Amino acid sequence: MSRDEMSALQGKRLHKVVSYVYHNVPFYRAKMQAMDLTPDDIRTIEDIVKLPFTTKQDIRDNYPFGLQAAPQSEIIRIHASSGTTGKATIVGYTRKDIEIWSECMSRCLTAYGVSREDLFSVAYGYGLFTGGLGVHYGVENMGASVIPASTGNTEKHIGLIRDLGVTGIACTPSYALHLAETMEALGVNKGDLKLRIGAFGAEPWTENMRQEIQERLGLKGYNLYGLSEIMGPCVSYECECQNGSHICEDHFYPEIIDPATLSPLGRGKEGELVFTTLTKEGMPLLRYRTRDLCSLLEGECACGRTEVRMGRIVGRSDDMLIIRGINVFPSQVESVLLGIPECAPRFKLIVERIGNLDSLTVQVEMRQEYFAQGFDTLAPVTELEKKVASKLKSVLSISAKVQIKSPGAIERSQGKTAFVEDRRKLK
Amino acid sequence: MLQLSVFMENTSGTLTAVLGTLKENNIQLHAISVADTADYGICRMICDNPQKAFKVLEQNGVAASLSEIIVLEMKDVPGSAADLIALFAKSGLSIAYLYSFHYEGRQALAFRTDDREKAKEIITVNALKEIL
Repeated sequence: MSRDEMSALQGKRLHKVVSYVYHNVPFYRAKMQAMDLTPDDIRTIEDIVKLPFTTKQDIRDNYPFGLQAAPQSEIIRIHASSGTTGKATIVGYTRKDIEIWSECMSRCLTAYGVSREDLFSVAYGYGLFTGGLGVHYGVENMGASVIPASTGNTEKHIGLIRDLGVTGIACTPSYALHLAETMEALGVNKGDLKLRIGAFGAEPWTENMRQEIQERLGLKGYNLYGLSEIMGPCVSYECECQNGSHICEDHFYPEIIDPATLSPLGRGKEGELVFTTLTKEGMPLLRYRTRDLCSLLEGECACGRTEVRMGRIVGRSDDMLIIRGINVFPSQVESVLLGIPECAPRFKLIVERIGNLDSLTVQVEMRQEYFAQGFDTLAPVTELEKKVASKLKSVLSISAKVQIKSPGAIERSQGKTAFVEDRRKLK
Repeated sequence: MLQLSVFMENTSGTLTAVLGTLKENNIQLHAISVADTADYGICRMICDNPQKAFKVLEQNGVAASLSEIIVLEMKDVPGSAADLIALFAKSGLSIAYLYSFHYEGRQALAFRTDDREKAKEIITVNALKEIL
């Protein structure tokens, strides 16, 4: 499709989705009315800059179904992603949404070189997280054989990959490295496997990680990008050129903005990635701020696809951390600690990559009054550690190592970001 | 006897800071013992004015606490600690921690058991000399 044809299609779809949310989502109607906008003001894709932004906070404020445009009777699936204060972001999908998702996911897989002959293993978590089911439906849709391995039980998974002759896999890049490590420990040689394609995403990764994964697993690794608010995995994908991720922009229209001024930035400029869903029915979003920082690449790709490409995610415009593919906000930790009277709500998060897996350490200050109640052994301290760890696990969905610190031991900081020490080298 | 316990992290300077505070407030230590794990430790002390010590540490933001501990007088001869501890072990009591020190010219053994009532009973039955 030529760029002009694409723009015309996007403009037509944008007008349609704007009318749809204007008439079905009170939140958007109120926002547009406040800006003196009607759907008729949005005719071409260039008009998109007139529209209001949507943030994660807006979704949270309208929990659970406030931004849903389709009636409940049309919703056939609901996914949820972690929220900052324990409340998840709920996303409902209509049958058509699932079809488009599967179709876009199949588009990604085709670009990776997957065909109907392939056996494709999905090692993302199955469940509320969009990773597992999202890729699963894409593989089925294109007619390859899907193996719903999910996460965990790595040894068994390696056995399946070897015995069945699995040729493709989707997982987080850190899980891919963990897989390689386990394989080597089991004495399984990459030459014993038929793996040739890896789709990796759900967490930021580097070119160095790609080289290492490709070398150790004996496959080609491609980026797979997505977010549940917009759809799930399928939003963008790398082709054989491995040079930027093509965005399925006939469904998800990308913009790059300056996160401080919110003004649009030109091609090649680094800023915050914003998406507008052009065809979604369940929960369409206008100009959703992803908080991911990257740039849109200039020029056509050597593969011949005309879809715009996005560069690597280089950071976040908020304080969200992605640890083992799970979104973690420092405010979640804070809310847990506020509910534990033995601790002061003062903490520090340390993220490291130990071996090939991310590890989160939460340092937290014990209150003087807790220890002062006659304690003369360390048992109450280890008990407190366990209590904090178990509460954190239930809110964050990942295990964290808890380190109890003495009162006042954690340095006082001005900004929120200073609570986090990310020691992973991702750039 | 009242024992002062202080939670401390395994970083250099922590012990110096605590002891410095006690020194500034003219508190005399009779006994000190430190136990540690990988990340933190606990420092237990017997001093001449535990209430005051607790108060000044608390004011300095230190996690401290006071607890009653059993302190027994020991004969200054070989085997006296072995005999004393054997009495408690025989009754099935286990000892969480223990340390010894000189107190007003006497040899003293301080320890904590999992069952304080039973320990008191053993002390009475065996006519052991407790330093209060």
